[in-house]
Amino acid sequence: METNSKPGWKDLEVGFALSTPGSAREYKTGDWRSERPVVDTEKCIQCGICYIFCPDMAITKTEKGYFVADLYYCKGCGICARECFTGCVKMVTEEE
Amino acid sequence: MRERKGVEVSIAAADAAAMADIDLVAAYPITPQTHIVEHLSELVASGELDAQYIAVESEHSAMSVCCGSSAVGARTFTCTSSQGLALMNEIVFLTASLRLPIVMITANRSLSGPLSIWNDHSDVMSVRDCGWIQIFAENGQDVFDQVLFCFRVAENPEVSLPVMLNIDGFALTHVIEPVEYWNKEDVKKFLPDFEPVNRLNPDDPITLGALAMPDIFTEIKKAQDQALINSKTEILKAWQEIGEITGRFYKPVETYKAEGAKILFLTMGSIGETVSIAIDELRDKGEDVGLLKLRLWRPFPFEELFEEIRNAKEIIVIDRAVSFGGPGGPVASEIRSALYGRNNMPQISSYICGLAGRDVIPEDYISIYHRVKEDQQKELRLNNSIYYGVRE
Repeated sequence: METNSKPGWKDLEVGFALSTPGSAREYKTGDWRSERPVVDTEKCIQCGICYIFCPDMAITKTEKGYFVADLYYCKGCGICARECFTGCVKMVTEEE
Repeated sequence: MRERKGVEVSIAAADAAAMADIDLVAAYPITPQTHIVEHLSELVASGELDAQYIAVESEHSAMSVCCGSSAVGARTFTCTSSQGLALMNEIVFLTASLRLPIVMITANRSLSGPLSIWNDHSDVMSVRDCGWIQIFAENGQDVFDQVLFCFRVAENPEVSLPVMLNIDGFALTHVIEPVEYWNKEDVKKFLPDFEPVNRLNPDDPITLGALAMPDIFTEIKKAQDQALINSKTEILKAWQEIGEITGRFYKPVETYKAEGAKILFLTMGSIGETVSIAIDELRDKGEDVGLLKLRLWRPFPFEELFEEIRNAKEIIVIDRAVSFGGPGGPVASEIRSALYGRNNMPQISSYICGLAGRDVIPEDYISIYHRVKEDQQKELRLNNSIYYGVRE
């Protein structure tokens, strides 16, 4: 078991307080994903409904106006694919 | 000169909280805790106490408000009983984990069902492992002193833990007793201003209550456990100081005629006074019997218990709650567990009595004592708890 690089119980702040706020930003929730959303830009009408429904705010707008998932955070829940009016978002199995 | 007056114990408890100059009370009224929060509400309404009184819609909210309040550095007090404690259960555990020094009085009352408003310890036993410092008071003066003690210990930066003061519902909350109030100067000296270890402040942000992944959770729990164990040092210091101020010296395990006694009763809360009457009568008849009163329940005072029982052959543990389908009385099972594996340890007799306010008078304890002496003659003794006085 790898233990040396991680904090021991005496190293923690009282009550497990985190003095650096926003550290959750570093947490790669994309690791949880088994499927990733892939956008077919031929069909996409740039309505942004996927952006509105994404529970993790993991979808960003590209320079060309399309909405794509940030795979560092996207958990692959599939809500964007479900909500998309045109069916342009498809969930594709992660192969790695 | 300190003022000594006849006062209902609930009012004295509220007055003590007011003397501690609390900043916030968030509570929901529930019998038999009601008089405490009612009086605090009156003190706030009349302007005598400069504090926020937040009338919440449930105990779950009460403890949640208390968490927020304590986290921004306000001296925070609440109070509940029975079903209220059950309803706030989730947040009670969080409070200890977040190390928020909230003080709560639990006016002990039996948990439903069946519905009962009367006194026993089933409510507090349901949160035995919540991580709070938990103490029991025996009489009105004790309650008053311990309220101030609770704030002092909770807010000590070396401790920074919530403290629960258990007082028996009705048997303490609704009786009028002589109580000596502290002077304001004494309180000021004893209880410094609250400086939280962690403070939620938009100008200097921190995160409290973050998610913990499996690779850090065990370390967090170990740190929390050790903090509770370590708090005993500051608990003992605070009681010593109360003794120096008031002349009343409190201990984790209180004793009454226990020195060298072969048979010891062990109680928690107000029934200690009733048992002491039985002890007097038994001693008058030449019986070798004494009494231990467990004041400090968490952190459990192992060393003090070992010291007090070293000459005893038998401990009669009086439980006011049941561990259903388990080892009988929760206190008896803890005492047994604490002593197991040590040399020359006394036998433990477990008696459950006084459930939901059923009266247990000195004669009952005398009868328990004689029954235990008869049991001592038997070759095979059972470890199960006896429901004292239960009708067949």
